[in-house]
Amino acid sequence: MTTFLQQLVNGLSLGSIYALIALGYTMVYGVLRLINFAHGDVYMVGAYVGYYVSRRLQGREPSIGSALLVMLVAMVVCGILGILIERLAYRPVRREARLTLLITAIGVSLFIENAAQLVFGPDPKFFPSLAPRADFHFAGMRLTSEQITVIAVSVLLMVLLRFFILKTRTGKAMRAVSFSLDAAKLMGISTDWIISVTFALGSALAAAAGVLIAMQIPKIDPLMGIPYGLKAFVAAVLGGIGSVPGAVLGGLLIGTSEVMVVGYLSSTYRDAIAFGILILVLILRPQGLLGRVQKEKV
Amino acid sequence: MSAILEVRDLSVSYGAIVALKGVSLSLAEGEIVTLIGANGAGKTTTLRAIMGLVRTAGGEVLYRGAPTRSSKTHQLVRDGLVLVPEGRIVFANLSVQENLEMGAYARRDGGVAADLDRVCALFPRLKERRRQTAGTLSGGEQQMLAIGRAMMSGPKVLLLDEPSLGLAPIVVHAIFEAIREIHRSGVPVLLVEQNANAALRHSDRAYVLETGRVALEGPSAEVAANPKVKEAYLGE
Repeated sequence: MTTFLQQLVNGLSLGSIYALIALGYTMVYGVLRLINFAHGDVYMVGAYVGYYVSRRLQGREPSIGSALLVMLVAMVVCGILGILIERLAYRPVRREARLTLLITAIGVSLFIENAAQLVFGPDPKFFPSLAPRADFHFAGMRLTSEQITVIAVSVLLMVLLRFFILKTRTGKAMRAVSFSLDAAKLMGISTDWIISVTFALGSALAAAAGVLIAMQIPKIDPLMGIPYGLKAFVAAVLGGIGSVPGAVLGGLLIGTSEVMVVGYLSSTYRDAIAFGILILVLILRPQGLLGRVQKEKV
Repeated sequence: MSAILEVRDLSVSYGAIVALKGVSLSLAEGEIVTLIGANGAGKTTTLRAIMGLVRTAGGEVLYRGAPTRSSKTHQLVRDGLVLVPEGRIVFANLSVQENLEMGAYARRDGGVAADLDRVCALFPRLKERRRQTAGTLSGGEQQMLAIGRAMMSGPKVLLLDEPSLGLAPIVVHAIFEAIREIHRSGVPVLLVEQNANAALRHSDRAYVLETGRVALEGPSAEVAANPKVKEAYLGE
């Protein structure tokens, strides 16, 4: 039982990371009907921005404050990166066929991965320790301070996001845009602005996830975004792409099942489980757990 | 009377399909003008082109005397050119209240609260249901919401695309009453309808659109009396 609870905590911690990334996929899909394949790479850039900011802070005592500062800078930089990706790559082809947009997204992903190898170097870098480390023992379980940070920060960001989407004027406009781009324009909503905000938010969340995972692992490399990006994508599809609560649920489920499979079966199946789930979802419930079936209009 | 909205020789193509072949029409202050025609005649395309939602191949649209070519849809709305789209397209995932808020999204003036009262007075049903998600409303209520939402935008010109489509006669009556009420408050209305009977009864002037061209225009009473119109659109 204790082992199970321990695995559950580990799973929820990993799942929070997937959930943060999955939110970006689902929000962008909501406004543009686009799978932003470059999203995992934004997460990687977030980790690198965190790395360079941390190096600047080196020599200072590790503290929660500097960890938060690192995360904040990474979120802002990646928010801007997200806006640039949309402006420069997606906006010019937005009116073209859906396939054009999808191929563009794959192109952006490859571009960022290769640019990162050029700029950051292809070899892995070790992420410096930001916050004081401690282990907590509770009911036979061991909770690391990193795990607690991951879960606490994720919950905080998700609560803030939920408030933003449900209560603010811009958040309501985001929901309006995700329902119908044309109808939103007819309300006087600048849909370009809302799309920029969506990319900024999604990318900032991915950057937070990048810093959180880098604090835990703590090794980063230019291709680290691929597995996380893919699994978060699966999480978004499992939860129902376009659904914000779905992305969180999907992320937690994928993270938990991955940890459980590694814990109880074999680490060989670590990556197989996510894609196994993807296949099952696509066969049994293509709209995802919390997704709505899109009715085709006649 | 000078036209507040003028469409000159407007052409629109969807790929190889030519939807509009040089449509000209105008709307002056104080008028209700209707645009009738069969399915596929280009009525919806005309409205979408006026709003900048489809690319035009030729011609121009003048709103308050100025060409709209360089304005984006949301800027036209902010300037008071407002469309209630075909099929209503209320935000089904938002509450009734939030839909109305979205109508006033771009407004900076202080008239929003007064307009909300007007909408609630005109459509008491919306007030009762303001917390419900718009997707749970009936078709008639959704149309009321779509019109109420447009009223919240503070329109200086209101375009309506098939507001009576698929509604029960009693609801159609209520919708037309509401349109008259908006018109009485000083907003000129351009009304696209398949329900030619009701549209001609409630308008000052009419244009008949046939396969992307204006086939006939004139005061609504005259258009209604035209034998061809009677046969083709009024079912007499």
